[in-house]
Amino acid sequence: MSQIPVTTTINGDATEFLCEADETLLDVLRDRLELSGTKEGCGTGDCGACSVMLDGRLVCSCLVLGAEAEGREVETIEGMAEGDTLHPLQKKFLEHAALQCGVCTPGFLIAAKALLETNLDPTETEVRYWLAGNLCRCTGYDKIVRAVLDTAAEMRSA
Amino acid sequence: MVKVVLWGSLKQAAGGKTELNLEAKNVRELLDRLVEQYPKLEGHLDQGVSVSIDGVLFRDAWFAPIKPDSEVYLLPRLAGG
Amino acid sequence: MPDQGQIATKRKFKLVGTRPVRPDGVDKVTGRARFGADMTAPGMLHALILRSPHAHARIKSIDTSRAERLPGVKAVVTRDDFALPERRDLVDICYNVMAREKALYDGHAVAAVAAVSKPVAREALRRIKVVYEILPHVTDVDEAMKPNAPILHKDMRTKGIDPKPSKASNVARQWEFGHGDVDRGFTEADIVVERTFKTAATHQGYIEPHACLASVGSDGQGDLWCCTQGHYMVRNACAGLLGMKVSQLRVTASEIGGGFGGKTTVFIEPVALALSRKAGRPVKLVMSRNEVFRATGPTASSSTDVKIGVKKNGQITAAKAVLRYQGGAFAGSPVQFGAMTAFACYDLKNVQTIGYDVVTNRPKQAAYRAPGAPLAAFAIESVIDELATKIRMDPLEFRLLNAAREGTKSSYGPTFGPIGLEATLEESKGHPHHLAPLGPNQGRGVACGFWFNFGGNTCVSLNIGEDGTVCLSVGNPDIGGSRASMCLMAAEELGVPYERVRTIIADTAALGYNEVTDGSRVTFAVGMATIKAAQAAKVKLCERAAKIWDISPEAVVWEDGHARPAGANAGTFKPMSLADIAAVAGSTGGPIAGHSEANADGAGVSFATHMVDVEVDPETGRVTVLRYTVFQDAGKAIHPSYVEGQFQGGAAQGVGWALNEEYIYGEDGRLQNAGFLDYRIPVASDLPFIDTVILEIPNPGHPYGVRGVGETSIVPPLAAIANAVSAAAGVRHTQLPMSPPRILKSIMEKRDGV
Repeated sequence: MSQIPVTTTINGDATEFLCEADETLLDVLRDRLELSGTKEGCGTGDCGACSVMLDGRLVCSCLVLGAEAEGREVETIEGMAEGDTLHPLQKKFLEHAALQCGVCTPGFLIAAKALLETNLDPTETEVRYWLAGNLCRCTGYDKIVRAVLDTAAEMRSA
Repeated sequence: MVKVVLWGSLKQAAGGKTELNLEAKNVRELLDRLVEQYPKLEGHLDQGVSVSIDGVLFRDAWFAPIKPDSEVYLLPRLAGG
Repeated sequence: MPDQGQIATKRKFKLVGTRPVRPDGVDKVTGRARFGADMTAPGMLHALILRSPHAHARIKSIDTSRAERLPGVKAVVTRDDFALPERRDLVDICYNVMAREKALYDGHAVAAVAAVSKPVAREALRRIKVVYEILPHVTDVDEAMKPNAPILHKDMRTKGIDPKPSKASNVARQWEFGHGDVDRGFTEADIVVERTFKTAATHQGYIEPHACLASVGSDGQGDLWCCTQGHYMVRNACAGLLGMKVSQLRVTASEIGGGFGGKTTVFIEPVALALSRKAGRPVKLVMSRNEVFRATGPTASSSTDVKIGVKKNGQITAAKAVLRYQGGAFAGSPVQFGAMTAFACYDLKNVQTIGYDVVTNRPKQAAYRAPGAPLAAFAIESVIDELATKIRMDPLEFRLLNAAREGTKSSYGPTFGPIGLEATLEESKGHPHHLAPLGPNQGRGVACGFWFNFGGNTCVSLNIGEDGTVCLSVGNPDIGGSRASMCLMAAEELGVPYERVRTIIADTAALGYNEVTDGSRVTFAVGMATIKAAQAAKVKLCERAAKIWDISPEAVVWEDGHARPAGANAGTFKPMSLADIAAVAGSTGGPIAGHSEANADGAGVSFATHMVDVEVDPETGRVTVLRYTVFQDAGKAIHPSYVEGQFQGGAAQGVGWALNEEYIYGEDGRLQNAGFLDYRIPVASDLPFIDTVILEIPNPGHPYGVRGVGETSIVPPLAAIANAVSAAAGVRHTQLPMSPPRILKSIMEKRDGV
């Protein structure tokens, strides 16, 4: 088993790692780089808990190979706040109690941030369809959708 | 004497009755008397029961007091999610 | 601003009832929070479990020698590594954790390996040779009850019938509840409706798969980190299964990524401990989603006959239900709770319920939010709806006419104290949702639901810090924001700001036994313990102030966060704040703490009414949920946002159960949809906003009036949605899930006059 050397950028930091050819980006993040904020809920791309940004595109990291990160930029939940300043979405999720157990939350935040980067004035329906790839079993999505809409409104008026 | 009402499927084990009168001033005495008088109940009771005293549910409370005029129901042990 | 919902408040609190940010919030939005699979240890091995591909098979032999010879494999365990435990309540769990003579369902664990890496562990599994003798299987509840059905356990004799049966069957137990004379009651009825209903097994669907990290030393001392609803339960079960002493095994609960009842037992934890003990190294074991579906505990599937008689004036004269629940391969389906709760919403003279607990070749069920109740409510509330239509009464008025109220003898026996069912019905009657017009192909459904709630053994410790801050240690994993509620209650009682209290989940070595986070017990029971611990601390704070002032402790009162002289006779001293007293604690007698160890009784029952509008597409059979409102009695909402969250989450799970979710077994007895793609839980685009109305009818058994709220919210939705769909489609639906093919078929049959 010869491992593949990969050079990439994660949350702005130049990063190098070795991985197996069949190892997912999710496993690399969690097991090799100790970035365990990205969660595994299914391993088959159905739940969105492992959502990360890859070169500005929203992906399920369980469906991306670690080796595919070569020369690209990865953003994870650990890079969302700037120092001790939370991203507006993170603040609104807390304010709206948009999480109960919190295991899906990193994936939702990454996905919602991706939405607001392309559409800062989404309708409720647009938010619901954009987030349809992220499963939450606790909240019924009510407070999550409200938090995203409220963040968008606040970011528009900022 | 305290009147205790059993759930329906305990009827046969309690001599065909679902309402029994016993001397008991708390839950432990109640359960002890039941098994003494109706040994067939033991197999049911040792799988766990709840006792409702005047509408309040107790699961593991030997010394919860029972007044002579208390409404007492024996119920299956509750579990939840 | 967050949605504030609607709350009818009676008593004034300073902090209770507000909506501060939860104490674990920042960790959870930044990825810092550590869940079950997020822990590692030096020298850690990775474990995997080999599972039976057969629904029912005798295990003739297991050969692990080739796996053991693979470089990097450090331990292999099979049935030979698990002695049957002395504790009777652990025997079935032992059989479930690792198959013995037979594999009883597709996914049943047969062997496990621990190796230096996941790839090595995977290869080791491939090298284990198991010889099976395939046996006939049964997965349907009605089929399993037939006389010629394949028998799972040759020693199973139905309990609860006399004389004890001489022949083995798959019916583990019969239950019966009720009072009055139903036969006579039915003769008094003008209209009787009798129907049979079926529900599919569903999974709790928590997003976090089970995960643990176990470490056992050669001295017999062990540590376990895992995601669970109750780490004390895990400790005691694992100690019993592995022959350890409870004090030798310390269990730490990780953050938990959902449970809903599914994490109230053990599956992988004893296996990881056994592997670690054998290998002498820490072992991490994480389930895949496929394993979660196949080998943890979904809820029961059911088949239920309901018969209800009513007079033309709307009065119910008699009600009867026969419930058959299969709970997987071992006894213990929640059919008794179905039978007890089925008619709990009604004031009935004549009522009888009979329940059958049935075993089948499916994974052993685990609790799922108000276990057993939603299935029963689906059947009963559907018939109630049909009767209301038949006698031309508004379904809410019909329910109000027959509703259980204070003084009603409940269908399961005891007389109800103050309860909130009528309040939820009255509130729903006047709500704008009830008055809104409906369009074509749309229907509105309502349904009521009941759940018991309970308290149980609870132990908390509250420590006052030298700087006047407070640390509260509780022993119940926080599954939906309970730390925020505990902080609120401690701060309210002590009269300090919310931010000064930090609540942590202590490990099993730190506190006495705490029952599992279940039965909607945490805000009620741990809340009560927290208040009592705070009260105990206040007594000590007053004693210290009394010493400092050199007056009698009885002359000191605690008011608004300060010790004060009780009256003019006590003397004139400047009130001392909690921080003032804490600052000198070390010189006035040592640290100040309050504790509470008790079995918390006095849980109040809980009721809800749900109202839902749906639209059925007559061309495809697809159902769209248009509007949803939950009316529920919370006793007192400590943190209303998380109460709303419980209402909304329960309703959403109910939508999935009603419309999509089901365990689908093939002819071969294997689960065909063990993944989130084919077992489809509701996604954001499937749901509307879920409106909530929190009623507050205080529970006299709790100092702040709290009732548990977590479970009741999943009881009414199956029926409410079925009633709405039946109204919209013009056909009564009696089988869940109401998936598009099933609805379309019913519409076509009606159209064709079948």
